[in-house]
Amino acid sequence: MICARKLSKRFGDKRVLERLDLEVPRGGFVLVTGPNGSGKTTLLRLCAGLFAPTGGELEVDVPRGAIGFLAHEPLVYRELTALENLDLYGRLYRLPERRERAGAMLERFGLWRVRNERAGTFSRGMLQRLALCRTFLHDPDLLLLDEPFDGLDVEGADLLQMELAERTGVTALVATHDPEALAGRVSARLALA
Amino acid sequence: MLAFYWAPEDADQGFSQKIFYIHVPIALTAYAGFGWGAWKALRLLWTGERRYDLESYTAVHIGVIFGLLTLVTGSIWAKISWGHWWTWGERQLVLFLILFLFYSSYFMLRYSTEPGPRRQRNSAVYALFGVVLIPVSFLAVRIAGTILHPTIFTHEGADLPWQMLVCFLVSLGGMLALAGTLYQVELAGKRADGSLRELRELLA
Amino acid sequence: MSAYAGDVAALARKDLLLELRSRDTVPAMLLFVVSALTIFHFALPSGSSARAETGLLWIAIVFTALLGLTRAFAAEREQSLLDGLVLAPCDRSAIWLGKTIGVTLFLVLAELVALPAFALFFHPLSWELVAAVALADVGIAAIGTLLAAIAAASRARELLLPLLFLPLAIPVVIGGVGASIAANPGSFLAFLGLYDGVFAILSWASFEYVVTE
Repeated sequence: MICARKLSKRFGDKRVLERLDLEVPRGGFVLVTGPNGSGKTTLLRLCAGLFAPTGGELEVDVPRGAIGFLAHEPLVYRELTALENLDLYGRLYRLPERRERAGAMLERFGLWRVRNERAGTFSRGMLQRLALCRTFLHDPDLLLLDEPFDGLDVEGADLLQMELAERTGVTALVATHDPEALAGRVSARLALA
Repeated sequence: MLAFYWAPEDADQGFSQKIFYIHVPIALTAYAGFGWGAWKALRLLWTGERRYDLESYTAVHIGVIFGLLTLVTGSIWAKISWGHWWTWGERQLVLFLILFLFYSSYFMLRYSTEPGPRRQRNSAVYALFGVVLIPVSFLAVRIAGTILHPTIFTHEGADLPWQMLVCFLVSLGGMLALAGTLYQVELAGKRADGSLRELRELLA
Repeated sequence: MSAYAGDVAALARKDLLLELRSRDTVPAMLLFVVSALTIFHFALPSGSSARAETGLLWIAIVFTALLGLTRAFAAEREQSLLDGLVLAPCDRSAIWLGKTIGVTLFLVLAELVALPAFALFFHPLSWELVAAVALADVGIAAIGTLLAAIAAASRARELLLPLLFLPLAIPVVIGGVGASIAANPGSFLAFLGLYDGVFAILSWASFEYVVTE
């Protein structure tokens, strides 16, 4: 699904990724580890199509609507409620029955009782859960997750594990500081320096 | 090349007319620069090849240089003809002021954005806006003339005796050739800079 | 086709909802335009012509629009939300269209206060002026939205947006002032329509390139 050959990304003079080779087959679950600044986020953003490579090749064999991207930022509008946010994304991702799906998603991540509260009132952990709702809302074929456990409490982390467990067969590229949490699912690892 | 540039001086029609042979070709060359820059910008957006960014930028730069010269020669002409360094009635001059402001903003855009694909695309889009602005502003200044700032001076009739036409075309050809040479020189210089930088990075 | 319209509607509604909840932009624009008109009264010596006053109205409109435009992508910018929109499978030009509709509406709201204020402070309005303002709004919003996205990528975005915008606004002012005071406003109004059409199409088509790499 993802095939990178000698992929490079440079910002001005700063070289973040250098001639990286990567292959993520369908159904693969790849963990990306490395210290801060090693390029984990950049790699995910390249795969999502938010950055263009400055060198090498990158092929992501998935249409835009089938990618679920979790960024550092939750990517939700603070002045809109949780439901309104998911409704907007549901509309943009052309989901049938988006209201029902949004509601179901909020329930799965324990946010049903705050569904009509503005996202600006949420705590860090709740925002992360909402961001995860947004990521999984459209049942993506490819998951690109940047530090998914960041900010989650124990309950939130369990909910995320449950969600991932249900989505067997999904392809994933996950950047994390905590590789042990996902050790059971991992098919390959990539360590960036 | 420069021989072509000086040839019109021979046409003994009075100094204000001689400026015409320089001013208008310079203006037309500036348009050509902006147009070429917009074409390269379009190519960049179509194909995504990085070299078009440099070519577009250089063409716009040449256009701006000639645009500035247009304003200067136009100002000289205004001073000679009517005794003022500036007049709002002279349509060509006003048009070039607008374009000069626009393309100066182009350089501000390039200066304040980090180099990379975003800057290339943003510059290209803005260059396209510029080339569309040319006819729109021309029209605007024309209708403005009917009401807001009455046009003082209208160019003499379109029939030029053939000697003047030849001198004019020769001057135009010379200007375009001059611009073309500057373009190639600047482009080569920028490319060399770029290659040098890449080499340094490879070695580092 | 209707999917596109649905996207645009959803995005425009989102912007209106955000403004309704946060009330950042429109009140500021209202206050700004009335303050500007007040300053203009003091800036004009007594006995100034109606034409000069009309000209100043157009200046007020352009700069009020600029104020609104600097806020155009504010919500998205502060939280990198544009990424979320760009990742969606919808056409990126729908983002532009939705945002432009929102900006046009904010401008109209500001003018619903500005124009009566002007009539109160200076002299009565003609229908040509109102028509010209309406046409100008569309053009300003169209290019302004695109330029706001361009400026967002730069280091000095608050400085850059006015610089990019003002040269392009000159024809709008020419058309607008001309329509307001000329004996034959028709040609000026037609010109504004042409400006709107040409630059709206250009902005619509090139937005994709400005928000992606």
